Amino acid sequence: MRLLLIFISAVLINNFVLSRFLGICPFLGVSKKMDSAVGMSIAVIFVITLSSALTWFLNQLLISLGLGFLTIIVFILVIAVLVQFVEFFIKKTSPSLYQGLGIYLPLITTNCAVLGVALINSQQNYSFIESVVNGFSSAVGFSMALIIFAAIRERMEFSDVPAPFKGTAISLITASLLSLAFMGFSGLVKL
Amino acid sequence: MADIKNLTKGLIKENPLFIQVLGTCPALATTTNAKNALGMGVAVIAVLVLSNIVISVIRKMVPNKIRIPIFIVVIASFVTMIDLLMHAFTYDLWKVLGIFIPLIVVNCVLMGRAEAFASKNGVVDSILDGIGMGGGYALALFVMGSIREILGNGSWLGLSFLPQAFKMYIFILPPGAFITFGILIAVINAINLRKEKIEKEKKKAGETK
Repeated sequence: MRLLLIFISAVLINNFVLSRFLGICPFLGVSKKMDSAVGMSIAVIFVITLSSALTWFLNQLLISLGLGFLTIIVFILVIAVLVQFVEFFIKKTSPSLYQGLGIYLPLITTNCAVLGVALINSQQNYSFIESVVNGFSSAVGFSMALIIFAAIRERMEFSDVPAPFKGTAISLITASLLSLAFMGFSGLVKL
Repeated sequence: MADIKNLTKGLIKENPLFIQVLGTCPALATTTNAKNALGMGVAVIAVLVLSNIVISVIRKMVPNKIRIPIFIVVIASFVTMIDLLMHAFTYDLWKVLGIFIPLIVVNCVLMGRAEAFASKNGVVDSILDGIGMGGGYALALFVMGSIREILGNGSWLGLSFLPQAFKMYIFILPPGAFITFGILIAVINAINLRKEKIEKEKKKAGETK
């Protein structure tokens, strides 16, 4: 039951992009086309789930050694290595998937959502399963927002936007409306 | 002369947040009021100046291929220091900013300056660049924080002056962050467009003469 609550909370209520403001850069950067948004989403779900499992073990290890202050450095390095490793692995095992995800994988290292999930997991003292579920559902929330946003932006291409609002400005206004819509979910679940 | 330019370009002309649109996540999340925005800005200035100094000092020793992991480690070390310092001395602010202090590590402004400037220039220039870019970022955060606090809470830096009826609570909530940021970027675009237009007209006038 608690796992379900974590899932719903991370996807709808505390949506990563629209209410926690994590991963705004890829949200604005790769949402111009539907294809790239889907590719990025799959890569993010994969990496975040894997990294939240890995960082849970590391966090336990660091705490048991009394090195809690090293978490930031260790997490960011592990995420960078993990992304590199995933890239090699996919390249070897499934070239077609690599073709699709290739360009998005290196970008994930600098996605603050990945480090954000790891830090939230360690702050909330989640157990192993809770960490993995939280990571997975946060990434699903991110993907949902990204894909909805990409669909809106594809339609916006054909609309007549005032000159100063072209580009980033109108995207941010759109995101604010989307965020307003997601606020309707607040209060749905209390953790 | 070039030194001064490194300091001033980041403030307005190449402002990291409004012109280059780097480091947007903390800009949206920590600007619920002017004080938090200022705290975040100061933290970024500190990390940026320190990491610029170290990266510029070690730039000739670092092999080109592994420079990015090395930069990340340097930045992460300084972020850890700032995180612990803020925990010790400004506990309330530390609590409000939450995970956004550790997340300075993945703020594109820092990596961007390390890669584009500090790894190619001397120490003095890098310090000036760090102060300028960090200052520009902090200024942008402060402007956003002030707007959101005045509109959303009717106060500025904790001094409240608007009656309850004029408060627009939405500006403190997440959608308000996106709206404020979007409109600020549009205003800056509009100013730039007008400048270009005036310059074009001047050129035309010069040609006809």
